[in-house]
Amino acid sequence: MSTEMRLGDDGDISGTASQQDKKRPFLDALVSILKSKTSLIGLIIIVLLLLVAVFAPLLAPSNPISGGDLFNRYKGPSADHWLGTDELGRDILSRLIYGTRISIQVGIIAVGIALVIGTFLGAISGFFGRWIDMIVMRIVDILMSFPSILLAIAIVAVMGKGLTNTMIAVGIVGIPQFARIVRSSVLSVKETEYVEAARAVGAKSYRVLFRHVLPNCLAPIIVQTTLSIGTAILDAAGLSFLGLGAQPPKPEWGAMLDAGRAALQTAPWVVIFPGLAILVTVLGFNLLGDGLRDALDPRTKK
Amino acid sequence: MTPLLEVKGLKKHFPITKGAVIPRKVGAVKAVDGVSFQLEQGKTLGLVGESGCGKSTTGRTILKLIEPTEGQILFKGQDITSLKGNKLRRLRKDMQLIFQDPFASLNPRMTVEQIIAEPMKVFGINKAARRKKIDQLLDVVGLSGYHKNRYPHEFSGGQRQRVGIARALALDPDLIICDEPVSALDVSIQAQVINLMEDLQKEFGLTYLFIAHDLGVVHHISDQIAVMYLGEIVEYGHYHELYEHPKHPYTQALLSAIPEANPHLQKERIVLKGDVPSPAHPPAGCKFHTRCPLAQERCRLEKPIMKTVSPTGQQAACHFVKEVGHGDRFVVPK
Repeated sequence: MSTEMRLGDDGDISGTASQQDKKRPFLDALVSILKSKTSLIGLIIIVLLLLVAVFAPLLAPSNPISGGDLFNRYKGPSADHWLGTDELGRDILSRLIYGTRISIQVGIIAVGIALVIGTFLGAISGFFGRWIDMIVMRIVDILMSFPSILLAIAIVAVMGKGLTNTMIAVGIVGIPQFARIVRSSVLSVKETEYVEAARAVGAKSYRVLFRHVLPNCLAPIIVQTTLSIGTAILDAAGLSFLGLGAQPPKPEWGAMLDAGRAALQTAPWVVIFPGLAILVTVLGFNLLGDGLRDALDPRTKK
Repeated sequence: MTPLLEVKGLKKHFPITKGAVIPRKVGAVKAVDGVSFQLEQGKTLGLVGESGCGKSTTGRTILKLIEPTEGQILFKGQDITSLKGNKLRRLRKDMQLIFQDPFASLNPRMTVEQIIAEPMKVFGINKAARRKKIDQLLDVVGLSGYHKNRYPHEFSGGQRQRVGIARALALDPDLIICDEPVSALDVSIQAQVINLMEDLQKEFGLTYLFIAHDLGVVHHISDQIAVMYLGEIVEYGHYHELYEHPKHPYTQALLSAIPEANPHLQKERIVLKGDVPSPAHPPAGCKFHTRCPLAQERCRLEKPIMKTVSPTGQQAACHFVKEVGHGDRFVVPK
C-alpha cells in the first residue's frame, strides 16, 4: 500500500462537499417538514393532541363519565362549561379531552395491526414472488374491492360490537394498502446490487429481507402510516357513530356524535364540537403525512 | 495441478415468456452460450467484451447467483453446478464478488463497519474477531478507522469501491469475481483501485476473474484474457500475446479502439458497423459474421470452433484464423 493512494483520496476524506449534497434522509425530511408551513401545522396539531391525551386528567374540568348533572342537560357553551353539556349534563370539553385518548389509541392500534400484517404480507409477496405473490395479492385485491367502511362494518358485525373489535376491523381494512405499498418497494429494492451483494456473501433470505430490503423501504411505509392514522380514526368514529364501535358511556367522538344527533336542532354544540375534534385530528395527520411524503420523495427535492 | 476454477460449456438462457396467466416459453435470450475456461490459483483472467455480451452473467452464474442452464462449474475440483442451500452458502466463503457500481452496491442504511461485518456475521464469526478483522481490512484497503461509523453516501466513488473490496475480502476468499470494478470510477481513481487490487492479490494469493469492457484496464492486471462476443468466448490467450498478435477479427477491432497516447502515431482503426445482434436471435454460423470485415459465405453457414493458434496456447474461433497474419492486416481468402 503506497501512501500516494491514501493521499489521492484525501480530498474526499474531509468530505464536506459530499456531506452537504446528501444528508441523512430522515434528518433531511425533518428539516423539510419544519420548513413547510402546512406540514408544520400538522406536526403541531399532533403534538398538541398527544399532550392532551397524556395529560387528560389534569386538563379536564370534570369527570367525563360520571360528571353529569341532570339539571344541566343540553346547556350551551358558558363559563362553567366552555363547550356546553350533553344529554346527561356532562361537560363536553371533558369528554372531548378524554376522547382524545381513545382516538389516538384507536389510530395507533388499528394502524399498528395494518402496518405489521400488511408489511409482512407485502414483503414476502414482493420478495419471494411466484405463487406466494399470486395468492397474497389476490387476497389483497379481494379486500380492496370492498368499500372500506362497509368491510369494517361487516367485520364488526361478525365479531361483535365494541371498541376492541372496531380497532381490529379498522386494522384489517388498512392491510391491503400497506401490503401493496410495501410489495412495490420491495420489488424495486430487491433488484439492487447491495441486495445481490448480501446474497453473494451467503446471507439467508430472512436476513436479506429484514436487514437489507425492508430498511430501504421505510420512507413510503412511514408516510402511509401517518396518513392511515387519520383515516383509521375517521373510520373508527364512523363505526362508533353507527353504534358498532365504542359503547356509551365511553367518551368516544363518534359515539358522542351519535348521541347528540337527536338534539341536533336544539343543541347543536353536542355534535359540532366532537365533529370539529375529528376534523382537526384527521387534518393534522393528513397534513403531516403529506409533508412527510414530499420530504421523503427525492423527486420533490428542490 | 487442478485449476482453482474450471468452467465447461457454461450456458445461461433466460426464457422469454408470453401470457400472464399461463406463461409459455416463446424464446430465450442466450446470455451465455457455451463458455469454457480454466483459471489457476493466484492468476487473473480478464474477461472482455461489449456491453450485453454476457460477461456479467458469466460471473454471476459462476457465483451461483444465477442458476446455469447447462454446463459445469468446477471449483477446487469439486462440481458446484448443482449445489444448493447450506452447501452453497459455505461455498460463498471462498468466492466473492466486487461490483461495478460502488454507489449501488453498498446498503445506504448501513455504516461501513456494518457492511464489512455482514459476511462475517453471516458465518457466525464472533464480535471481537470481527472488530479486529474490520480494522485490519480497512487498513489493507487504505481507509482509516474513523471511517467505520460513516455511511456510504459520505464517501467518494473510489472510497466506496474500497469498502466493497474490504467486504469481499472479509471471509478470506480464494476467488474474487470483479464485475467491472473500475468502470464507474474516474480515470485517476481507476489506477489506484487497480493497483490496490494487484497488491492484495500478491498479499493474499487471490485469484481474480476480472470482467471489463476496457481492454486497457484488463491488459494491466490480467495473466490470461478471454474475449467474449454474444455469449461465447471468441479468443483466449496470454495477455501479451493476445495484445500483440490478436487473431480473431473481433479482438483486432477491439484493440484498435484503445486510444493511443501519442497523437502523432497514426493507428489503423477498424470500425465495426452496426450493433451487437440480439442474443435472443443470434446469427447462424459464426455469430460475428454480421459485423465482421472478413465475413464469407462459409461464416454464415458454419460455426467456427476454438482452435489453438499458437504454441503458447492462444486460441481463437474463426474460420480464417490461419490466414490472418500477425495481427497487422487481414488477408481475405479468395
